Amino acid sequence: MTISEKIISAHVGRRVQAGDLVVTPVDGVMATDTTGPLALKAFAEMGGSRVFDPSKCALILDHAVPPPNERIANLHSMLRVFAKEQGMRLFEIGEGICHQVMVEHQYVKPGDIFIGADSHTSTYGALNAFACGVGSTDLAATLMTGKIWMKVPETIKIICHGKLQAGVSAKDLILFLVGQITISGATYQAIEFEGEAFEGMSLASRMTIANMVAEMGGKTGIVNPKGLELEYDFDPIYPDADANYLRVLEFYVADLEAQISIPSSPDNVQNISIVEGLPIDYAFIGTCCNGRLEDLRSAAQILKGKRIKEGVRFLIGPASKSVLLDAMNEGTLQILIEAGASIITPGCGPCVGTHQGVPGNNETVISAANRNFKGRMGNPNSNIYLAAPATVAASALEGKITNPVNVRL
Amino acid sequence: MICKGDIHVYGDNIDTDRIIPGKYTKTLDLSTLADHVLEDLDPSFKDKVKEGDILIAGKNFGCGSSREQAPLALKQAGIALVIAEDFARIFYRNAINIGLAIIEIGPHTISENSRIEAHVLEGKVYDKLLDKTYDAVKMPQVMIDILQEGGLVNYLKKHRDYNI
Ligand code: SF4
Repeated sequence: MTISEKIISAHVGRRVQAGDLVVTPVDGVMATDTTGPLALKAFAEMGGSRVFDPSKCALILDHAVPPPNERIANLHSMLRVFAKEQGMRLFEIGEGICHQVMVEHQYVKPGDIFIGADSHTSTYGALNAFACGVGSTDLAATLMTGKIWMKVPETIKIICHGKLQAGVSAKDLILFLVGQITISGATYQAIEFEGEAFEGMSLASRMTIANMVAEMGGKTGIVNPKGLELEYDFDPIYPDADANYLRVLEFYVADLEAQISIPSSPDNVQNISIVEGLPIDYAFIGTCCNGRLEDLRSAAQILKGKRIKEGVRFLIGPASKSVLLDAMNEGTLQILIEAGASIITPGCGPCVGTHQGVPGNNETVISAANRNFKGRMGNPNSNIYLAAPATVAASALEGKITNPVNVRL
Repeated sequence: MICKGDIHVYGDNIDTDRIIPGKYTKTLDLSTLADHVLEDLDPSFKDKVKEGDILIAGKNFGCGSSREQAPLALKQAGIALVIAEDFARIFYRNAINIGLAIIEIGPHTISENSRIEAHVLEGKVYDKLLDKTYDAVKMPQVMIDILQEGGLVNYLKKHRDYNI
């Protein structure tokens, strides 16, 4: 059995395989201020009164925080009232981005099935869990029943041989893989990531990998737990040696260079040398993909004692309050601010074009986020390049797209 | 469920940011979604679309975010059916859950001049221009049941649980 087949089998109490339709209990559910309001409306309309288990359900205010207008402020209030009535946790403004918060607060653990009303719910595959994004009405149904129906997915196994070179990060690797698989290459399917390149990765880096399964169209993406270290004990779930895979893809990544995604689709990925030297207006590090402490550290390593190029603006959105505090206490934040960064409230920030840093017409943005669709950051007349945090920092420093290995430290 | 509306034809990989930009999604006033539907793809769409029209697309329609506001915006604008080569996973579920009919037919040659007659539940799409019939990829029965009830809200109101 694949990892997905094992996890789902354990939940439904019988041996299932790819293609089977199941109704499975879930271990956790969350919605955000984008998907939550419609979910609560649907919950009431379908006759829901109590959520199935308040300790397993969470609402997170992250996509538009603090609220930029009265309409969104009122939606936030609606979520607060519901959480209070139900006795479930609501993560307030500034606690962080849903996916970071769910992992930090252990709403999801290895072996779990987790349903989130956000497409990047795949992120928890970093934890050896089966996690799927859904829309608001499915979320409402899961809140009410504690269950979801699904088809057990077929799995694509991606094996990456070799260790990444110094200066090349998990983000470069996943951008490369998104380019290979394409934006629809894993639709309806699960992915398993395996091999030396993943084994030495931190939880944060594994989250970056599993996060961008959404950019391959995948239902879930699970990193093989070999080498996974958590602050608590867990039973890792490995695939069987004779598991059935739809495809097995192998890559040798020891000489992979920094990668960049060119506007306006995340799978339009190139070696950075193709666009090096292109002037930028705006640099952004943050999001559920790359707003963690190791990401801020990699930027600080490049910017220590330096100033970013005049005329460039540089925003940083820590993925959570605890990331912000850690970065502050260890001095990383000071380095970044002194270099010219502006720090925004932990949350999605400018990632989804609602507020806090919409680019101007004809501007070029380099971002550590996961999506660069036209209009993604709120202005269809701007261009978004996606790269690793180190590349974003190096580019902010030079005022043009720059390979971080070429910056003298 | 037969659809014969006018058609609007677009290409591959139409993502949810182009169906409804993120900045318009934070609302419960669904009528405002229709004002901005597809605005970064075809600003003239919202003025030409009529009740009962059919949207035709290529591969991977609705990729990107989980926002249910995407199928809701199309439905609010009057779209009765989306026909595509294939759909992104969450969009597919969301559309059925809100009662927007969709049909997946694989590679097709439907163009602006085509006249379409679609039998949603039987899974047949007939292009009168080329006298060609497409067979839809079969949906799981539970999805057909949800669609027939007009969406997951009605389905669960009636059954209280999934019937699989
Ligand atoms: S940071 Fe961006 S991609 Fe992640 S959940 Fe927020 S809006 Fe979505």
